[in-house]
Amino acid sequence: MRYLPLTETDRSEMLGVIGAKSVDELFRDVPERARLAGLVDLPRRQGEMEVDRALSKMAARNVSAGSVPFFVGAGAYRHHVPASVDHLIQRSEFLTSYTPYQPEITQGTLQYLFEFQTQVAMITGMDVANASMYDGSTGCGEAVLMAHRVTKRKKAVLSGTLHPQYAEVVKNLSDFADYELDVMPPALPGRPEDIAAHIADDTSCVVVQSPGFFGELVDLRPIAEAAHAKGALLIAVVPEIVSLGAVTPPGDMGADIVVGEGQSIGNGLNFGGPYVGLFATRQKFVRQMPGRLCGETVDADGKRGFVLTLSTREQHIRREKATSNICTNSGLCCLAFTIHMSLLGEEGYKRLARINHAAAVDLAERLSKVPGVEILNRAFFNEFTMRLPGSAADVVDALADKGVLGGVPVSRLLPGAGFDDLLIVASTEVNTDADRAAFAAALVEVL
Amino acid sequence: MSGMNKQGRPTSIAVGGSAARETFTGNRALQLEEALVFELDNPGACGVDLDEPTPFTARLGGFERQGRIGLPSVSEPEIVRHYVRLSAKNYSIDAGLYPLGSCTMKHNPRLNEKMARLPGIGDIHPLQPMKTVQGALELMDTLAHWLKELTGMPAVALSPKAGAHGELCGMMAIRAALIARGEDEARSRVLVPESAHGTNPATAALLGYKVESIPVTTEGRVDLAAFKATLGPDVAAIMLTNPNTCGLFERDIIDIADAVHEAGAYFYCDGANFNAIVGRVRPGDLGIDAMHINLHKTFSTPHGGGGPGAGPVVFSAALAPFAPRPYVVHGADGFRLVETAEDAKADGTTPFGRMTAFHGQMGMFVRALAYMMSHGSDGLRQVAEDAVLNANYVLASLKDDLSAPFEGPCMHEALFDDRFLKGTGVETLDFAKAMIDEGYHPMTMYFPLVVHGALLIEPTETESKQAVDLFIATLKDLARAAKSNDKERFTGAPYLSPRRRLDETAAARSPVLRWAPPAPKQAAE
Repeated sequence: MRYLPLTETDRSEMLGVIGAKSVDELFRDVPERARLAGLVDLPRRQGEMEVDRALSKMAARNVSAGSVPFFVGAGAYRHHVPASVDHLIQRSEFLTSYTPYQPEITQGTLQYLFEFQTQVAMITGMDVANASMYDGSTGCGEAVLMAHRVTKRKKAVLSGTLHPQYAEVVKNLSDFADYELDVMPPALPGRPEDIAAHIADDTSCVVVQSPGFFGELVDLRPIAEAAHAKGALLIAVVPEIVSLGAVTPPGDMGADIVVGEGQSIGNGLNFGGPYVGLFATRQKFVRQMPGRLCGETVDADGKRGFVLTLSTREQHIRREKATSNICTNSGLCCLAFTIHMSLLGEEGYKRLARINHAAAVDLAERLSKVPGVEILNRAFFNEFTMRLPGSAADVVDALADKGVLGGVPVSRLLPGAGFDDLLIVASTEVNTDADRAAFAAALVEVL
Repeated sequence: MSGMNKQGRPTSIAVGGSAARETFTGNRALQLEEALVFELDNPGACGVDLDEPTPFTARLGGFERQGRIGLPSVSEPEIVRHYVRLSAKNYSIDAGLYPLGSCTMKHNPRLNEKMARLPGIGDIHPLQPMKTVQGALELMDTLAHWLKELTGMPAVALSPKAGAHGELCGMMAIRAALIARGEDEARSRVLVPESAHGTNPATAALLGYKVESIPVTTEGRVDLAAFKATLGPDVAAIMLTNPNTCGLFERDIIDIADAVHEAGAYFYCDGANFNAIVGRVRPGDLGIDAMHINLHKTFSTPHGGGGPGAGPVVFSAALAPFAPRPYVVHGADGFRLVETAEDAKADGTTPFGRMTAFHGQMGMFVRALAYMMSHGSDGLRQVAEDAVLNANYVLASLKDDLSAPFEGPCMHEALFDDRFLKGTGVETLDFAKAMIDEGYHPMTMYFPLVVHGALLIEPTETESKQAVDLFIATLKDLARAAKSNDKERFTGAPYLSPRRRLDETAAARSPVLRWAPPAPKQAAE
């Protein structure tokens, strides 16, 4: 087997040193009835060519986003990732190293984590950020737990702007950890929520997403004021992180914790994962933060270096008293984010955001001219919701048959909730004018 | 400006321990100093070419961002050089043996990387119409089949994002089952051996359970009698790692499982060490109810400097009905995801909820499946055998030079304690740091906690005998040096790495967690 270097000669020599007659002897502590005599019922080994062929065949059964006019968003977005990003993250020294527990020989990882934390803090307008979470949705759950620790309260209010699957993740965690939730109904654009009315003296935090699930931008300032007046925190969720190149960051609107999905920068769609959760907060809450943190220090020669720090919050030290059970972060996806963001820089990031906004505005204009289509949003970034004359799921199906991946029917995430005629569509820099024209033309045909 | 204008001046090894000459740049040949990307800022430069959109009327509703963000401006060649230079400061499994116990740092095949980057895998959206992702769903279904066969368990949840997330998923299923039985209130305790990973007690505590420690015997295994005495009608579950963190197989595991079930509780197994038994022992045959599998350990997906991982959880028949959404089913019209509570109701199942948005770590699924298919049933069995053989070879070769707290055979990792360092003035940490100068990543230190000054070595099956022999010879030499009073080789180590020991205390005392621009200079006087 090509990945196994030991030869039969090696094995018998090693058994000799150990003083065992056979490998079976080394498994003698396994209860006899649990030792498998033969092979499990699975195919035998295969060469690289055969595995490549089998998996390529599966891959070929999928319609890849780059092969068609593509407008699917709702929490994951297709952007152009510069070629150098994927090349650099595949360097062995990044790809095949472990968590940087030995800082003397992992300064590469530690320094990019420090750069990542700085970039995330800068774009969200917050003081500090951690070295990432699994993804936006799990980061959102952790943010609610953190708010409970900070406020010593147990009840969170979830705005109807929140992605339904994010809301489910928070609900799942809250249910099992015995915390309370006030889940507001889905907030369609044009129908502002009265979140303040839901904030009570026992509210720990309000969770608001902007751009919201339906694409609408939300004014966080009055919500922050209402929350702070009651001693509660505002958690702002940003699933499309490119938006912050164009939109006022949550940190400037009073957010106490910002959770983001960083997939859009540096990371592909990957059918939903791995992604990279962004997590930022105010300096005063840093010791209540979950996840890994990288900090600056000096070495024995006085040279600047970086280490994992404040680990007394973490499970490997604190065990059952830790702030979170989290062990892993999303290292390589952070690196992709950091490199892409470094390539973009100040001007590139802002321009990328403007291009995205322009693309969505153009798409909205084109689609609003399709008979029977109503665009619901007033203020949006690169994604919006439209009402169709019939079932959005059927329309998306028919569009797919015409070679257009035309968005996410709301009913896929919120079935049976009376939203069957709503379709969420996104347009980014990868869409050409021709793509948007093809979408509009196909929509006319299928309606 | 120390370090400048000292070309050619030799510096003795004794002074500050620095073995190399000072250089003008601070670089040392291939070891290059590198600033933070923010310090490379050169306004006007940019690493991408993007055209300004044609003028349009913005619809941001007055939320336009104002002012500078502070991101640096750097061209592509400078960015490439920056990150290549950073990469050179990392140790990696591709560069050398990485004996971190409990972490399974094995070879990461590049075929897996290639497969993950196929457009039909890497460039598909989780919410595309299901008829356009039939191959992806087939892939998930195939992976699920392999995991179920290898563990002998009837159900699997693929979505957990990492090992600890899988633990959380497994314990949630246990609690959901107890709720369904009407025994949630009554069962408030979770038993965890002293030797467990820190994530186990942290996970149980997150779910509101009272965590109780089970003692370990002098043989490094769960004290069966003490364990049975702790069991009661108020116990929800036991969380056990097997093979355990001492690198030993829990001989009494079937008795433990029987006792757990007799008490009406569930058996959670931490599957971090599955590499030792894959293809040879099926956890389902041991009476386990739930176990997570770290795809980034046993199934070779790269650790990536600390993630992303993936932690699918297999379930027994008792817990299978509570496995979370989403999951893949195969119907008359192909594969389909059961995503929402409404879907599950129609499908007649009772999932406890959802662990994450979307469907899990697809990028890791494809890598793990490529690895499994490459090995096959025969190759995977060989994986366990060679992993165990390499570890026992290390144990047998070093037990007289280092000190081993428990009798072998071990499983996939060899545990040593610090008795061999007694009286030398060298501690476990120093010993490990000296390994860095010899070109090795240290083993896991001070874990498990049940052994004093623990050194836990996991060579994995992808190391050749030649590589393991050199590693053994190196540790023998270090042990000899420690015992013969060559203290300086250890207490100041490492001397030769890109950075020497870092001041972690200072880092924690006044944390600097982000770069800030230097304060503006005072106006010239």
